[in-house]
Amino acid sequence: MVADYAPLLLLFAIAIVIALVMVGGSWLLGPRRPTPAKQSSYECGITPVGSARERFPIHFYLTAMLFIIFDVEVAFLYPFFVILRELPAEVRTFAMGIVGVFTLLLIVGFLYEWKKGALDWEDPIERRRLQPTAEPNPQPALQPVSGEQ
Amino acid sequence: MTLVDLGWALLRIAIMLGFLLGTLPLVIWLERRALAWFQCRVGPNRLGPFGLLQPMADAAKLFFKEEIVPANADRLIWALAPALSLFPALVAAATIPWGPNRLLTPVADVDIGLLYFLAMSSLAAYGVLLAGWSSNNKYSLLGGLRASAQVISYELGMGLALATAILASGSLRMTSIVEMQAEPLWGVVPFLHNWLIFTPWGLVGGALFFICMLAETNRAPFDLPEAESELVAGYQTEYSSMKFAAFFMGEYIAIIAICAIMTTCFLGGYLAPVNFSPIQTLAETQGGVFSVLATITVALMPPIWFLLKVFGLVFSFIWIRATLLRLRYDQLMNLGWRFLIPVGLVNLALLVVYIVFGWVPALVGYALVAGLYFATVGARRPPKRTVELVSQAQPYRPKEAHLG
Repeated sequence: MVADYAPLLLLFAIAIVIALVMVGGSWLLGPRRPTPAKQSSYECGITPVGSARERFPIHFYLTAMLFIIFDVEVAFLYPFFVILRELPAEVRTFAMGIVGVFTLLLIVGFLYEWKKGALDWEDPIERRRLQPTAEPNPQPALQPVSGEQ
Repeated sequence: MTLVDLGWALLRIAIMLGFLLGTLPLVIWLERRALAWFQCRVGPNRLGPFGLLQPMADAAKLFFKEEIVPANADRLIWALAPALSLFPALVAAATIPWGPNRLLTPVADVDIGLLYFLAMSSLAAYGVLLAGWSSNNKYSLLGGLRASAQVISYELGMGLALATAILASGSLRMTSIVEMQAEPLWGVVPFLHNWLIFTPWGLVGGALFFICMLAETNRAPFDLPEAESELVAGYQTEYSSMKFAAFFMGEYIAIIAICAIMTTCFLGGYLAPVNFSPIQTLAETQGGVFSVLATITVALMPPIWFLLKVFGLVFSFIWIRATLLRLRYDQLMNLGWRFLIPVGLVNLALLVVYIVFGWVPALVGYALVAGLYFATVGARRPPKRTVELVSQAQPYRPKEAHLG
């Protein structure tokens, strides 16, 4: 049983060696002639302004949090998926009901975060502006191209 | 574990790494040549026959290039990030069976094969995120953030899509998933194989997985982390020399590995499209030419079928890259969270209905859900505003029809 995993450990060792050789190789093979200009952060040839340790949108944190919830949910479902076919027929419906309730609770949570706007990535003001109206635009943004002149 | 087992394990590891690292230059060459053909260019054609040696030359060049270490970077993490992104790509394919015989079975045929793949492929997010953060470059930071948010979002869809394979076969073991697909099609057509993609749930799951596959490997149209027009090279901006090569290799090996997973779970793995077992029965009774045929179909062909399927998928990646435009970030996230996850959940629910109640309620369920979708969401699609603008405008006519 555990011996099944032994080749994986062997593979891990080999893969780590390959990865470290790839990372360390240029230290041995390549030339090293550093200059301050070379070592500065790349900003399209312009002198870098400030540091990159800046604030960034909260959305990324939120996405990571939501991911953990749903990934754990899917991981919880896997054992049910594996066992479902082996269950006797009279227990199957019951098992389905239990897992159904579990999934339903998570779906309610999913709908809540959806309605709360946790999945919105657009700027809310921009979103209202882009919201399509019932009547066509009174003034087209593009002027029609006048014909052959 | 005896010494003999160890020897076999080493042989299989050598075959797997040989396959991954051997097809890697081929895939890179194919991408460059195929993209060139799509764009009516010639592509690399100087080094070796058809330019086949071009990737090797590029690699050799990168090996001897100077490595530029950014002064502001977090040195240790910056140096380890490429390794962290190459390592999961190298080990992720360890549970995929390449063929039926002992040499080509997976490196380790563990009973959690699919779970192992999911675990290893989500490790890749760390390499990208740490590379973006430690470079201390604004492009890298934004690229790393985008990449990690995208990868974890599509990880969910991928988990739900792979769950169809788990439910249909009742196992996480890759070899059992392939064996399940060796059964006759829908249990009734004896000369065809029951590839998962031929079932309704497999079709939906396979489509989901294909979309997630593109997003997981940061490929067009989901290549926002490396959107060169806005982020230079994303998280790779500050990397040069072999560290850049490590990212590049990791990316392409991950593509090969994930195509192999799609092949195994949805496209029948190493199985041929047609069931060749009658030939084997003939070989046992008649012998002669049939035994030769049986050797070819049973012993030689499976890995070739596998390779053909994997390369078909890789080619579709390139085709899509040449065809589709890059999505906007909010569209990407909407597709992942508001479309793929609900579709994946409904698909799984209907597959459970099939297993518990039989195929009639399941098919009725699919029809109902599709009808409901097109009656509600499909009908409420906002009108396309660009259409009005175009219809109001006069058709554009150049002064001289210079090509006429």
